[in-house]
Amino acid sequence: MEDKNYVSVIFDDEEPMLKAVAKIRESNQKIMDVFTPFHVHGLDKALGMKRTRIPIAGLICGAFGGLFGFLFQAWVFTVDYPLVFGGKPYLSVPSFIPVTFELTVLFTALGIVAALLIRSGLKPSKKFEPVHPRITDDRFVILVETEQNEKSTRETLQSMLSGVSNVEIV
Amino acid sequence: MLQSPIRIPLIKGNKTYRDVTDDILRPMANKPGKFWYLGIALSGSAMLLGAFMIFWTIWHGIGTWGLNRTIGWGWGITNFVWWIGIGHAGTFISAILLLFRQKWRTSINRSAEAMTIFAVICAMLFPIIHMGRPLLGFFIFPYPNFRGLWVNFNSPLVWDVFAISTYFTVSLVFWYVGLIPDIGTVRDRIKSKFKKTIYTVLSFGWKGSARHWHRHEVVTMILAALAAPLVLSVHSIVSMDFATSVIPGWHTTIFPPYFVAGAIFSGFAMVLTLMIITRKALHLEDYITVGHVESMNKVIIATGSIVGLAYITEMFISWYSGVEYEHFALVNRATGPYWWAYWIMMTANVISPQLLWFKKLRTSLTFTFCLSIVINIGMWFERFVIVVTSLHRDYLTSSWAMYKPTIVEVGLFLGTLGLFFTAFFLFIRVFPVIAIAEVKSVLKSSGEKNPKK
Repeated sequence: MEDKNYVSVIFDDEEPMLKAVAKIRESNQKIMDVFTPFHVHGLDKALGMKRTRIPIAGLICGAFGGLFGFLFQAWVFTVDYPLVFGGKPYLSVPSFIPVTFELTVLFTALGIVAALLIRSGLKPSKKFEPVHPRITDDRFVILVETEQNEKSTRETLQSMLSGVSNVEIV
Repeated sequence: MLQSPIRIPLIKGNKTYRDVTDDILRPMANKPGKFWYLGIALSGSAMLLGAFMIFWTIWHGIGTWGLNRTIGWGWGITNFVWWIGIGHAGTFISAILLLFRQKWRTSINRSAEAMTIFAVICAMLFPIIHMGRPLLGFFIFPYPNFRGLWVNFNSPLVWDVFAISTYFTVSLVFWYVGLIPDIGTVRDRIKSKFKKTIYTVLSFGWKGSARHWHRHEVVTMILAALAAPLVLSVHSIVSMDFATSVIPGWHTTIFPPYFVAGAIFSGFAMVLTLMIITRKALHLEDYITVGHVESMNKVIIATGSIVGLAYITEMFISWYSGVEYEHFALVNRATGPYWWAYWIMMTANVISPQLLWFKKLRTSLTFTFCLSIVINIGMWFERFVIVVTSLHRDYLTSSWAMYKPTIVEVGLFLGTLGLFFTAFFLFIRVFPVIAIAEVKSVLKSSGEKNPKK
């Protein structure tokens, strides 16, 4: 416990937690992370989080998928093996649209999910230590970084959050 | 948080966050009851029957089916379209209703998405078995081969391969991304050490960090935005398998929207069938309320009316186009040897959902349950009518024929029903049937009261 460089502030509801986040940030304490059982709306803003760039990853993957799908079909039917089907031109763009669309969707979807897992470091691993055993149930935890020593941070937090109900500082 | 005094609560009985976790995980923690064993025994046997019929078909060939030279597509394709259609409701609930910010979807989206995946698996079986030589099934993918040929990208059947495999992959990924936080909840709750290890691996180390939630939310929204046009494209492409041919009764431009509406219609019927049983069996009445059932019934009225309108439009166009073959195909559907199939379809799909205009009926669970079965049957007959009656009397009078399924085809259909329900029975044992985290996120705004501390 000695080398612990953070204090956890535990709540049982998201509204006091959101207020506390604002207070802690105002007092220039550093919040390492917040853990919640579900996506609390407004928490991203309260923490001053930058918007994730995953959509850009999706755009790149999707553009690649779409281009690849279309160009592959075009190459197959104009260069590699031109064959007349139903009297249509070799480069019959309208009938390439469905496959192009499907590949765009497929690449985007797989791309953003891969980006989510990689950026968040989520992977199937056997070892896992939660911050709090009820974090996926009904507890909301703010981890505050301790600057000099743990005790003083805890005292500052205690005085700061004295008005908030049901708060536990560990 | 603001609470609307007008709307009825989506989650009944003043729940705390902990109650939500407990209630939804309870069916997983308890030992399965008598009905579960009975159910899985029944559906498992049906699945085995289906497996045997698949073996029989592959061993002896497609000749074991009732198909002939005139009617090359029978129950196999009927079942394929039916199952794909059923899958569509899950994506509709999880993607389109998410984009429209419909909070009631949170109670049903998880199981509806699971249903989608199982239904698409059932659907995919049919084209593969129908090939007769499924071992050569990989021919449908464009891969460099010694013949130097590629698949025909102008063909809707090839589009289908791409559409359905993309649909399956994206649905699976979407479902699993949504499941990760809830698997985390299971992992932190479960007692058995062995199971805990498995759920730890499956949860991908989810720890509920705000940053992860932020990304998770963004990814979910994009996946929904992708899945929405995807689901519309899938059944449109399935309908083009028919619409791009020159068979009277198939060759119609109305098919794509008509098939999509029909798919969502039949899918919601299947969701209702499953949900009404599930809520009772797993005691989730507080989460899947009569309000949820009513909302789904409203979707059924809307899509059912679109389907009815499409049927009527088909009638009008077959007359207005002045094409005598089209005209004959329609008259033959309604009054020919398969008239009974047409009228079952009309009664079940056009007339019966209109009963839901009565509030008393659409809030009655018994009635909704019976109606959902009727619609499932009706939508199966719709596909049967489209496939078989359009084919059985073609341009050449000398080749007119009749079609009757053999025991093998019936067994195959029962087998997929068995597969579907077996998968669903297993699903309710291993994963939370309701999206726990999502229900918690709407609990404050849509619960009966602010949860007690």
